[in-house]
Amino acid sequence: MNDRAPVRGLRALELDPSVVGIGCALLGVAVYFELASDGVFLTPRNLSNLAIQSSVVGIMAAGMVLVIGSRQIDLAVGSIVGVTGMTAAVMQVEWLPADAAWGWPLASASALAVGVAIGLWQGYWIAFRGVPAFIVTLAGLLIFRGLAYLWTDGRTVAPLHPAFERLGGGIDGSIGAGWSSLLGLAAVLVLAAATWRRRRHRQQHGIPARPPWAEFVRLAAATAGIAGFVAVMNAYTLPRSEVPRGIPIPVLFLLGTALSVHLLASRTRLGRHAFALGSNPEATLLAGVRVRRVTLRVFALMGGLAGLAGVLTSARLGAGASSMGTLAELSVIAAAVIGGTSLRGGSGSVAGALLGAVFMQSLENGMVLLGVSSALRQVCIGLVLLLAVWIDSATRARRQP
Amino acid sequence: MPALRAIALANVLIAIALGAAADVTVGVSWSNFQEERWKTDEAAMVSELERLGARYLSADAQSSVEKQTADLESLLARGADVLIVLPQDADGLVPALRAARREGVPIVAYDRLIELPGVLYTSFDNREVGRIQAREVRKASPQGRYVFVKGSPQDPNSHFVHAGQLDVLQPGIESGEIEVVGDQFVDGWLPEGAQRVSEQILTANDDRVDAVVCSNDGMAGGVVAALAARGLVGIPVSGQDGDHAALNRIARGAQTVSVWKDARELGRRAATAAVALANGASAASIERAISWNGGPRGLEIHAILLEPIAITRANLDIVIDAGWVTRDVVCRGVTAPPPPACRHP
Repeated sequence: MNDRAPVRGLRALELDPSVVGIGCALLGVAVYFELASDGVFLTPRNLSNLAIQSSVVGIMAAGMVLVIGSRQIDLAVGSIVGVTGMTAAVMQVEWLPADAAWGWPLASASALAVGVAIGLWQGYWIAFRGVPAFIVTLAGLLIFRGLAYLWTDGRTVAPLHPAFERLGGGIDGSIGAGWSSLLGLAAVLVLAAATWRRRRHRQQHGIPARPPWAEFVRLAAATAGIAGFVAVMNAYTLPRSEVPRGIPIPVLFLLGTALSVHLLASRTRLGRHAFALGSNPEATLLAGVRVRRVTLRVFALMGGLAGLAGVLTSARLGAGASSMGTLAELSVIAAAVIGGTSLRGGSGSVAGALLGAVFMQSLENGMVLLGVSSALRQVCIGLVLLLAVWIDSATRARRQP
Repeated sequence: MPALRAIALANVLIAIALGAAADVTVGVSWSNFQEERWKTDEAAMVSELERLGARYLSADAQSSVEKQTADLESLLARGADVLIVLPQDADGLVPALRAARREGVPIVAYDRLIELPGVLYTSFDNREVGRIQAREVRKASPQGRYVFVKGSPQDPNSHFVHAGQLDVLQPGIESGEIEVVGDQFVDGWLPEGAQRVSEQILTANDDRVDAVVCSNDGMAGGVVAALAARGLVGIPVSGQDGDHAALNRIARGAQTVSVWKDARELGRRAATAAVALANGASAASIERAISWNGGPRGLEIHAILLEPIAITRANLDIVIDAGWVTRDVVCRGVTAPPPPACRHP
């Protein structure tokens, strides 16, 4: 290896090349739309739109990283959004007393439970009955879309409880400037503490740690990112006023989910087993891992996240409609794959999937701003998806010859 | 041949006099029963046929053209004297329908067009739906910056509806009273899609939007949610279908109009027409039938095109009185000032 200094420097930063790649693509797209839209794309308002619009797909893409990472697939997530969103809506409007303050939390919890139950059902057929995930979840796509319809015979259910609608990030659906700044500050402190602890941990065990400057650069970049995000969200004000909105609630759910699934994937046994299963199922089985249970849990998690996505979708729409989540499975899988999750299993990054979701939504968001027709949007998004995955796999092949 | 015609007429008269409808068997071929809508139609159709003393046979093609072809053959084999067909794909059914015509079995095309000579087409006037939407929106906002949120680009109905909207608004657009600041199809008529599109159009125009001509109620829900997030609820928004949620939005002042097509009326009309045709009446002689050539091929056929109804704040009672929806559902969450329909105790 006769790498020159800059390359060595980049390596010391230990950045995930997929994440860097998608980050650069996102930046390029943002600059293009900013110029083409005469400066509308990067306004706080549109960035807040973008964040909210990306949350539902982003939440599911985080789970999909584990599903695809363990060499499975879930085609039913869009339909699960439909059936769980309807559950949340029907329960609070038709089953529980309309004005009860506990109606919507109970309805939301039930929707999550339905999501987990569906995940367990699919996981059971895949893990314990040996039916390929593609077929089980294709069946699920049909079954749960049909059930979403049958819930009310296709009738849209509304109006929902105003407190529930806040979950969707409408006019009252943000946490305000104070909480947003506090949260940002807390995130930076936690990150700094974690960096320091990890550094000490590595030194204690004699593992080579990053050079101090690399730690510093990473931390500074993360701090700048968090501060910038909070500042942008606080810069978006309520209509015809100067009151800052702060971080929208669905975006909080997205960030919380991404962080939890990231920790689950990288720090827990379940996460490591899932990726091990994806890279070599036989070896994992022979190593004594209870692979069926791992599969079952991964699908249960995916179902639960789709349930959360269903709750947020109905809250955002202010109604339960049986068509909610239609075709979302495609965006979710695309987001995970664009973000560097290998369809052959074994590897994947939650941060990448998150950026992938934002990337896909940026294309949609920016092209509608420019008034591009829906047919042309489909063509463009399809081409970009193809290109993005090709670039990723081509560079991956070079990285790991 | 006046003599023949006289005999035919006499036969009809005799048939009617004898209550010959008792012998009529009406075969109904549905494209799919998945949609709630058709259950409403069927109930109305069956009760009308019972009233006329006719027999009802039915088959559900489950969205398959092949199955529907087989269904038509089996309905004929089971003795249908007349067919009511909700086609899955009209072109794919032509051979089976030709065979039926050769046996002298009249055909009523239900809701969707079948362009075949001798077919009686019964439907709502979809172009009129668009005209009504545009008219009601324009009443509320005679001029200003308009947005079109149109249905699925693959669905011919979304083009019919939009053509109707332009029938009314084109003069205003040309004179400059109306400026179109957003115009988008929404794939699959999805409410979330309409919501995202509306958010982006509002962002691009910095909220300077005066009216949204939206093609159906499901999408109107998404449009209103996007408006709500900007505190803009109350600007004119249109829809169609008489969705319960949309009727509630109208009562709360969040939506201007929902164009309502009374499916039961269509079911009744088709049933009456089918029995009359089976008894030998000519298509032209049926009540409200007109000569029509508005299909893609311009073929001259007879059609019964029912007028859709504009449901607004002022006349919500129509849908309640028709038993389409209960007052509770319409008036849920209504705050002052309530629309007339919600003022009752």
